[in-house]
Amino acid sequence: MPTTALPDPEERCEAPRLEGCNTPLQNVAPPLAIYIHWPFCRSKCPYCDFNSHVRERIDAARWTRALLADLDRQARLAPGRQVVSIFFGGGTPSLMPAETVAALIERVGVHWPVARDIEITLEANPNSAEAERFAGYRAAGVNRVSLGVQALDPAALKFLGRAHNRDEALAAIRLARETFPRFSFDLIYARPGQSVAAWLDELDEALALAGEHLSLYQLTIEPGTAFATREARGEISVPDDELGAQLFEATQERLAAAGLPAYEISNHARPGAECRHNLAYWRYEDYLGIGPGAHGRVTVLGGRLATRQRRAPEAWLAAIEAADDTAGEAMPVARDTAVAEMLMMGLRLVEGVSRQRLEELAGAEIAALFGPALARLVDGGFLIVDERRLAATAAGRQCLNAVLAALVP
Amino acid sequence: MTTPLSHIRNFAIIAHIDHGKSTLADRLIQMCGGLEAREMREQVLDTMAIERERGITIKAQTVRLNYRARDGEDYVLNLMDTPGHVDFAYEVSRSLAACEGSLLVVDASQGVEAQTLANVYQAIAAGHEVVPVLNKIDLPAAEPDRVKQQIEDVIGLDAGDALLVSAKTGEGVEDVLEALVTRLPPPQGDAAAPLKALLVDSWYDAYLGVVILVRVKDGTLVSGQKIRLMATGASHAVERVGVFTPKGVAAPSLGPGEIGFITAGIKTVADCRVGDTITDDRRPADAPLPGFQPVQPVVFCGLFPTDSADYERLRDSLAKLRLNDASFEYEPETSVALGFGFRCGFLGLLHLEIIQERLEREFDLDLITTAPSVVYRVHLTNGRTQILHNPTDMPDPVRIDHIEEPWIKATILVPDAYLGPILALCEERRGVQQDLTYAGSRAILVYRLPLNEVVFDFYDRLKSVSRGYASLDYQLDGYAEGDLVLMNILVNGEPVDALSIIVHRSQAERRGRALCERLKELIPRQLFQIAIQAALGGRIIARETVKALRKDVLAKCYGGDVTRKRKLLEKQKEGKKRMRQFGQVDIPQSAFIAALRMGDN
Repeated sequence: MPTTALPDPEERCEAPRLEGCNTPLQNVAPPLAIYIHWPFCRSKCPYCDFNSHVRERIDAARWTRALLADLDRQARLAPGRQVVSIFFGGGTPSLMPAETVAALIERVGVHWPVARDIEITLEANPNSAEAERFAGYRAAGVNRVSLGVQALDPAALKFLGRAHNRDEALAAIRLARETFPRFSFDLIYARPGQSVAAWLDELDEALALAGEHLSLYQLTIEPGTAFATREARGEISVPDDELGAQLFEATQERLAAAGLPAYEISNHARPGAECRHNLAYWRYEDYLGIGPGAHGRVTVLGGRLATRQRRAPEAWLAAIEAADDTAGEAMPVARDTAVAEMLMMGLRLVEGVSRQRLEELAGAEIAALFGPALARLVDGGFLIVDERRLAATAAGRQCLNAVLAALVP
Repeated sequence: MTTPLSHIRNFAIIAHIDHGKSTLADRLIQMCGGLEAREMREQVLDTMAIERERGITIKAQTVRLNYRARDGEDYVLNLMDTPGHVDFAYEVSRSLAACEGSLLVVDASQGVEAQTLANVYQAIAAGHEVVPVLNKIDLPAAEPDRVKQQIEDVIGLDAGDALLVSAKTGEGVEDVLEALVTRLPPPQGDAAAPLKALLVDSWYDAYLGVVILVRVKDGTLVSGQKIRLMATGASHAVERVGVFTPKGVAAPSLGPGEIGFITAGIKTVADCRVGDTITDDRRPADAPLPGFQPVQPVVFCGLFPTDSADYERLRDSLAKLRLNDASFEYEPETSVALGFGFRCGFLGLLHLEIIQERLEREFDLDLITTAPSVVYRVHLTNGRTQILHNPTDMPDPVRIDHIEEPWIKATILVPDAYLGPILALCEERRGVQQDLTYAGSRAILVYRLPLNEVVFDFYDRLKSVSRGYASLDYQLDGYAEGDLVLMNILVNGEPVDALSIIVHRSQAERRGRALCERLKELIPRQLFQIAIQAALGGRIIARETVKALRKDVLAKCYGGDVTRKRKLLEKQKEGKKRMRQFGQVDIPQSAFIAALRMGDN
């Protein structure tokens, strides 16, 4: 398994208020990642199906208290862990006041010991207004930003409904590089009418700007989005299966040559610079989801819990403030469901799924677990199995939905 | 309750689908007060959901109307509502046998259609007085004079005093009632003679058991009477006697000329042969009414449950349907591709579709239907003859001397603008032209065609090349030898028995190619490439390839997506359960259905 990024020693425990980062517990306690959701955006993007909302006024102090309260509440589910990552997502978390970010990071340190190399990521939009807050976030303890650049082509930015323009994006990337030890940005490709050649040109420019990590997503039209409506009306259409495959393959090749190979379907990093937080999802480790609509998975005695918070921001806020237990729910995850989830997430990774963890979770050897489907997928060149792991090949990852449908018991 | 013969009129309505027969029936019922306003709804006589939805009549229905005519006398008018489709021609003929006259309802803008033609000839042959009624005269496109002329030209019926009606607005409907009284003859019969009643139809009612619809010719039917079914010899005691208004209402007796129902503790519809004569067990009639021919299924297909766990349920459902429709047959069948199911015989393609749909709807079953087949006579080299209605039972070619297939005589009515493509279609389907005449701008085409060419998408193609204007009617017309071969479909080299068909050698390549092309579109790309082939014996006559999947993966899947995306995966797996595996290829049920249907193009 690739090792997780170890930031510059200077950067470790950079926030003195993070207590416990040198406690001996760090080597024995199971890792925990914490996701914190800020549900607000300035505007809703036409491709986005995330839990994001546009509000005229946000009472930041109230929201800060609520998120802290949720953190306190959920901390009881996962005592004695070591926190390896905090991730501020949304929505647009770069609309959060830096003080809120600081207060939440500090509160994490009150509940748990944190890893010496803890990764604290914040998603940011590359608007000039939001970039102004970078210094504040850095001071609060954020050590990684992920910028929602999405495109470097002005027309594409407009099509994607982004509030920023190309110059702002370039400026934000520069500022992120200067401000944070680690940064990444996202691009959306396989846009309507995009050719392989045009995408590779854009990708080359992105590579010149990139740090050690890039997230490259093929545009997916999700039900309920503005794009879904436009697609239904026949106004837009995404590349077909064949062109989608060509774009994907060209991306893999170009990024590998540039030293940022894929470590997951849509994520590329210099080895060691993978996003620790997202690895927790894909490795099916434990994570808490704080804030409206956030999901978590936590191992408790006797099994795993799936947690889910209420989606509607105001309803969630009211429930948290009333402390009436309706803000979220926790349900046990059945063993076969957990196995399906571990495979669905883990096979996205180049490293695959740990065979030992999978067999422990399933309570069965993989031969018994999968039956003849496994040999067929291995022979077909879609999966590889060895003593340590079960992993999808490049061909298998490219058709992972079909592989999972054939494999998952 | 017996009404004097002179005050009874029994009539049927003959009409093409959509020409307004049910609406007219509704209006007649309403005007005679058979139902209160709150009980009235559209197509009251079409009781099955499927009839109401498709706007067709499957089972014959009857209703007794009480009408005070302009002469001040009260008349009983018995309306027999009859199916209009060729598949149910037999139901039409026995409905007609129960009446003395018919209303011929023709859409005043559409004109005469092929099925109308066939049914009206049956009515004339049954000695009916036929009263032409032009319906939908309220529509701007109505051309009553042209259609009158057409009735005279095409049918040879005097349309000079045809009634002009709008069943929708009620205009002219009163005149229809009056014409029934004045223009139709009253029934004949002798109340003192031994009982003779025609068994018009029967159906299974969950509360009453088998209900028999009868037309009394001579004598009287009363409850408690011991009756005998002359064809089977079985005797039963009559429990209930009644009439339909269209609600079932008890009546003390049914006399000559009357139409009504009885129940007699009979368990299954199969014991009540339609067309049989009911007589008094103690004082039987010396001869039955003119004979009936039992109907023979002409189209066969396999019905299989999508989920093999539903096999028992399918068996029970077929048994229940058969209680009500003795005209279809079924026997168990096993398919490598589809598992356990039944081979079923039907009167025609519409009948097949209706039974399939009723099974799916009324019994909540998911079914796979195999390609319809006709009944072949396979003459073996050992001198024996095998009756074949399942391609998978085809004997080894070396054992076959020759094969005979059923032919039909088809009558097609089509505006002459579409004649060219219709002729081309008939020729392509091995048709032999018998006659071509014109009535105005309408061609009347008579062709002999092999039935197996007709059960294979002929009707859909006929409709599509004529933009819906052509109409078709046919009768079976004997057997003839044909150069017929078994064509198999192979998926990755493995034969899919459910897709095997018997086909004329001259058509094999075209059909094989069409089937392979269709399957290529229908089978979703999978992890592995799929070869689809059509073969005659060991010879491949068509081949298509479904390329392997190129890309099928979610772009994003993070912590918040796990539950939702897993549900997608489960859905996908659920879908796979509905597929059948051949040579490790998952073929969706929808692909079978669509490939087997092979609709237009």
